[in-house]
Amino acid sequence: MSGVRVLVGTRKGAFVLSADGKRKDWEVSGPFFAGWEIYHMKGSPVDPNRIYVSQTSGWFGQLIQRSDDGGKTWHQPGVAPGEKAEGGWPPKPSNRFAYDTSAETGKPLTTHQWYDGTQHPWEFKRVWHIEPSVTDPNLVYAGVEDAALFRSTDGGESWHEMSGLRGHGTGPKWQPGAGGMGLHTILIDPTNPDRMFIAISAAGTFRTEDGGQTWKPINKGLVSNFMPDPAAEVGHCVHHVAMHGSRPDVLFMQKHWDVMRSDDAGENWHEVSGNLPTDFGFVIDVHAHEPETLYVVPIKSDSEHFPLDGKLRVYRSRSGGNEWEPLAKGLPEKDCYVNVLRDAMAVDKLDDCGIYFGTTGGQVYASADSGESWNPIVHDLPAVLSVEVQTL
Amino acid sequence: MRVALPYHLRNLAQVGGEVTIEVTGAVTIRAALDALEACYPMLRGTIRDFDTGKRRAFLRFFVCGEDWSLASPDDPLPEAVAAGREPLLIIGAIAGG
Repeated sequence: MSGVRVLVGTRKGAFVLSADGKRKDWEVSGPFFAGWEIYHMKGSPVDPNRIYVSQTSGWFGQLIQRSDDGGKTWHQPGVAPGEKAEGGWPPKPSNRFAYDTSAETGKPLTTHQWYDGTQHPWEFKRVWHIEPSVTDPNLVYAGVEDAALFRSTDGGESWHEMSGLRGHGTGPKWQPGAGGMGLHTILIDPTNPDRMFIAISAAGTFRTEDGGQTWKPINKGLVSNFMPDPAAEVGHCVHHVAMHGSRPDVLFMQKHWDVMRSDDAGENWHEVSGNLPTDFGFVIDVHAHEPETLYVVPIKSDSEHFPLDGKLRVYRSRSGGNEWEPLAKGLPEKDCYVNVLRDAMAVDKLDDCGIYFGTTGGQVYASADSGESWNPIVHDLPAVLSVEVQTL
Repeated sequence: MRVALPYHLRNLAQVGGEVTIEVTGAVTIRAALDALEACYPMLRGTIRDFDTGKRRAFLRFFVCGEDWSLASPDDPLPEAVAAGREPLLIIGAIAGG
């Protein structure tokens, strides 16, 4: 491994930040897709040159972009740049995300709970998260708002809903969080790709053991006081879930409030917030080589989405939770009122694990020493929506 | 006929200014968009919904100084548009910064 490539999605375009293994000198390229919201971009673990991008706009809807050369050039899957079609539309539109309501797949439910408790139709808005397969660069999953899971088996040229998730019965109890009802987390068990975990705000966490045909809510132990039954089976505002590939039964969760842990693939959760100064937040991630080392960025509250006392701090636990230490070297010590959104933290796999996160103020911070010290790679990007890292 | 696209769709289609398309039969908004999307498939889904054909909410259609956004997509466009003297303007609604 000789370097890293940091993929940054922002409110106004995509950026690619590249460095060698020292991670001191960075090359910044972009903005790609300038002016569009880039909710997420992620590379294939099988082919690092294959990168998928979710490009969205309130005006023009959803697009999928793909690079096959590590981010140098991009195209919509199935449509070459500037291509003029002969004889009509391409047969596989890469930005068509149609909910499956067919009888053959059980007519998945078409309404969910609205903010006021009434039922509301499912309406596609955008792709929040793209998760390439761990075995096939052409197999890729997309988590969307309103919450559903889609799959492409042709490199993003066409998408089909994995309707068993919405169809398993609790859909009418799902409800949007403040940012919408998005499926934001997709974790694939690297030892068994038929087992996946997904998370939805605000529905909770779900697991499949059969490649996505059937799903089970796995939220036992979560407590959310904004619901009539705080320990209900679904309805929880899970912000993000992380896993270390060597231990796929161990999951870590940043919930709306509460940092949680499961040691049995989500069957049971217990709180590991411990001595955190506030356990509200969005991101959570796991060290690449230390499965018990976690990172979160505490945010003051669900009413005030910025760090406590204007001090931006990452908190690290080296004991799998409960005991946390602040990491502040190189981070703003005063007057900092940014947020760090749920998909905006990632780790690299170099020997000394690098940690990265982006802020709504447009900074992307990097630590090349497991969080001991931090430096901004860039200061002034548009608000950062997502950060992913490729170790090359 | 001529079609003027908003900035982001011009970039997506990799065209500089107006595009010229050929429409066979009656010149309507539906026929114009069918021809446009056939020539520039990357625009499919960005102006109207894939399945319903409904105009996206934040886009407007202006023709010869009039707002045709709420007109039937099957209404014949004015002769000046059909003849290419005036463009069909596809405009992004001003809905925030």
